[in-house]
Amino acid sequence: MSEHELTDVREVVINYYDGSSRTVSIVDREVPYPEGKLIVSRTDKQGVITHANQAFVDMSGYSQDELIGKNHYILRHPDMPTVAFTGLWETIEAGNKWHGYVKNLRKDGAYYWVKATVIPNIRNGEVVGYTSVRRKPSRSKIAESEALYVTLMEA
Amino acid sequence: MTLNLTVSPDFAPDHISGWFIFNTWLQRQLDARVHLELYDCFDKQREDIKAGNFDLVYANPFDASMLVRELGFKAIVRPVAKPDETIIATHVDSMVNAVEDLKAGAKLFATDDPDVNRIGMIMLEPADLDQTNTVTTTVNSYVIVAKNLLNKSADAGFFLKDAYDELSELIRKQMKVLVSSEISVVHHTLLVGPKLQKLAPQIQQHLINMVDDDKGRGVLESMNLEGWEVMTEEETEFMIDLIDTLID
Repeated sequence: MSEHELTDVREVVINYYDGSSRTVSIVDREVPYPEGKLIVSRTDKQGVITHANQAFVDMSGYSQDELIGKNHYILRHPDMPTVAFTGLWETIEAGNKWHGYVKNLRKDGAYYWVKATVIPNIRNGEVVGYTSVRRKPSRSKIAESEALYVTLMEA
Repeated sequence: MTLNLTVSPDFAPDHISGWFIFNTWLQRQLDARVHLELYDCFDKQREDIKAGNFDLVYANPFDASMLVRELGFKAIVRPVAKPDETIIATHVDSMVNAVEDLKAGAKLFATDDPDVNRIGMIMLEPADLDQTNTVTTTVNSYVIVAKNLLNKSADAGFFLKDAYDELSELIRKQMKVLVSSEISVVHHTLLVGPKLQKLAPQIQQHLINMVDDDKGRGVLESMNLEGWEVMTEEETEFMIDLIDTLID
């Protein structure tokens, strides 16, 4: 019996900010964050992935080739409120550092929580892209975020 | 011309002589006098670097960030296969078996190594611990961190993984690792100062070629290094950006 058969699978359409959308199969199964690791990725100014480290590949369930060239929003879980990402983009486009707790969607429909930090990559005074580093969050911060995000979804 | 070289104080004491041998080797390669200054304290070293006293610095990743972005240094090489990783350990008999078992008020022992301490604190975040709800005692060496774990004065200790691995087996057997970082892309670098940038390609080449002859390999061995590899400007910037994300 596969893990998917053990848990409910729901089909959800995710609409992205650029007008595109996709239907994803969501499984209510959390994959634990790997001890001691940082998930690291870089994107261009549009959010297209240009670098992904091995921890990112392992946790997302996508291969390196599948990740490079894709928009970072392929990790967006439907339980995450749009407003959280709006805040992220406003912060980094203004040249500032963003911190937040994020529920990420894996390729297999399961999820993992991270504490994410995103910073603009500034070269010769110009923003050329963004670096995102994710680390292990505490269970209390995950619980707080879950409670908060539910209210933001309803808003 | 005299070039002034300094080395991040976080290398194991066993390799002090290795850096003096490296100093002599470098003098011969460059046909110039090289003066090596070693420190046992990060703050004093930083003060002297900021005062412009050094042309060559083997720096830990956090100081490399300051050297590049604030002082105009340029990273030219990094040691091969030697990422900086951090270990959080406790006494082998401790009831603490995972970071999440540590509670507010935990007594931590650490050195003043900035990258180890930063990554160590990040690895405590899953337990909701930070500088405000833990008590950190800073000591002069990783051996002293270990001693405080062994006599149960500390709940946990932070170690540079290399330094932990070099502790005697007798000491290591009395400790257990709670978590070991696997970051891979954060490492020491050798940087050249603004006044020395013209010589940077020449110094870089000598260092890369070091592994190709017996003498060079002997020097590397005395420093516990396998060799050097080129550090490009973009790789340096990437590492600094990454470190930036780790500083709140």
